[in-house]
Amino acid sequence: MSSVRLLVGTRKGAFILTADGSRRDWEISGPHFGGWEIYHLKGSPADPSRIYASRWNAWFGQIVQRSDDGGVSWRAVGNEFAYDGEGATHQWYDGTPHPFEFKRVWHFEPSASDPDTVYAGVEDAALFRSIDGGLTWQELAGLRRQGSSAQWQPGAGGLCLHTILLDPRQDRIWAAISAAGAFRSDDGGGNWRPINRGLRSDYLPAPEAEIGHCVHRIAAHPARPQTLYMQKHWDVMRSDDAGQTWYEISGNLPSDFGFVIEVHAHEPETIYVVPIKSDSEHYPPDGALRVWRSRRGGHDWEPLSSGLPQSNCWVNVLREAMAVDSLDPCGVYFGTTGGQVYASSDSGDHWEAIVRDLPPVLSVEAQTLP
Amino acid sequence: MIRVVLPYHLRTLARVEGEVQLELSGPLTFGELIDALERRYPALRGTLRDPSTRRRRPFLRFFACGEDLSHQPLEALLPEAVSCGAEPILVVGAVAGG
Repeated sequence: MSSVRLLVGTRKGAFILTADGSRRDWEISGPHFGGWEIYHLKGSPADPSRIYASRWNAWFGQIVQRSDDGGVSWRAVGNEFAYDGEGATHQWYDGTPHPFEFKRVWHFEPSASDPDTVYAGVEDAALFRSIDGGLTWQELAGLRRQGSSAQWQPGAGGLCLHTILLDPRQDRIWAAISAAGAFRSDDGGGNWRPINRGLRSDYLPAPEAEIGHCVHRIAAHPARPQTLYMQKHWDVMRSDDAGQTWYEISGNLPSDFGFVIEVHAHEPETIYVVPIKSDSEHYPPDGALRVWRSRRGGHDWEPLSSGLPQSNCWVNVLREAMAVDSLDPCGVYFGTTGGQVYASSDSGDHWEAIVRDLPPVLSVEAQTLP
Repeated sequence: MIRVVLPYHLRTLARVEGEVQLELSGPLTFGELIDALERRYPALRGTLRDPSTRRRRPFLRFFACGEDLSHQPLEALLPEAVSCGAEPILVVGAVAGG
């Protein structure tokens, strides 16, 4: 019988939640790396026992952890992220040039075919790759050299590269940076260009500028990588041409601000968001936690509230904190800053908290195991 | 022999309990001490100083012989009492709540 393993990163450690294919009873292990901020954990599609974890704290900096046995044991691998070349700057908050300085890893994206190849999205925004299982890291410097990086400016959360999508069928890579925008490489990470046409951000002096958009998250279905879904700072967006152009699909959402966006494992036009009231009030509208689902690729959305708190709920759901499994029916999961992890084993129709009192959840990833 | 007292998280990371003892002798600089620690415990690489800038991490302090030695350059020699193992060097994290 299949099983599901959830990899949950929190402000105070990592937790691993496992259940069989019924997804009724969950076993929780952790905290792993107690007391450290775990920005992200992700397993290799090629070898699910291989998991990479980003472990960081303000005292001791970045540690990269690797497990080869599904999270039972871990070892520290390489944590040297040296930027290629010297002297490059981005904009600081006050508009002055500021050198790129490594702070932490926000996201790991393991290769679909090779467990030893993994990409890391870091702050200050850059993309790194390891081909030796995380022992050493090399920057894919074409991203910062494509011409706009001197204009990149951090959002309040820092200048972070948080989204990496790998096209399963070709050498195409997408990356997203807050608050610079989305970028695409068609040659495996050598050359890059901004792909932000159609985005509009009213906090920019030129709202439709090529650079400066605070992209929160991009998601795609593996079978339809031409279609991308984006939760931007404000606005839920869609592209049908691999990011060349974007159009808004916020439709009837109660707020188009939010962080997460995810695609159903078997229905490429079924997508999920968690609307958050505003960029000044990071909690659900009316204190009612609702996932909104569109079965038509956007525009028309339905609220999903069964099993979710509908009053006095003032948590946030951060950009890495939603995932789907690939069972049928599709399982959907998300974690909150209140420490709950909610699960639905029926594509979002019904939810339950499978754990309630973790530290604030930073990331959730789901592995479907044979 | 050099004696080093690491903070909790670094002892956990290095998988050691209590004081760390490094088989080193003679006059030794701060930088050589950190190099030796990282060689003996590879999991500590980059935790005491930024691997790119080589600067001490700002939330850490080095105390020995009743003094704060944190602002000594990496090329500075450790006190003789530390080099000969009479006194440990303490690595102390900034206190913080939350």
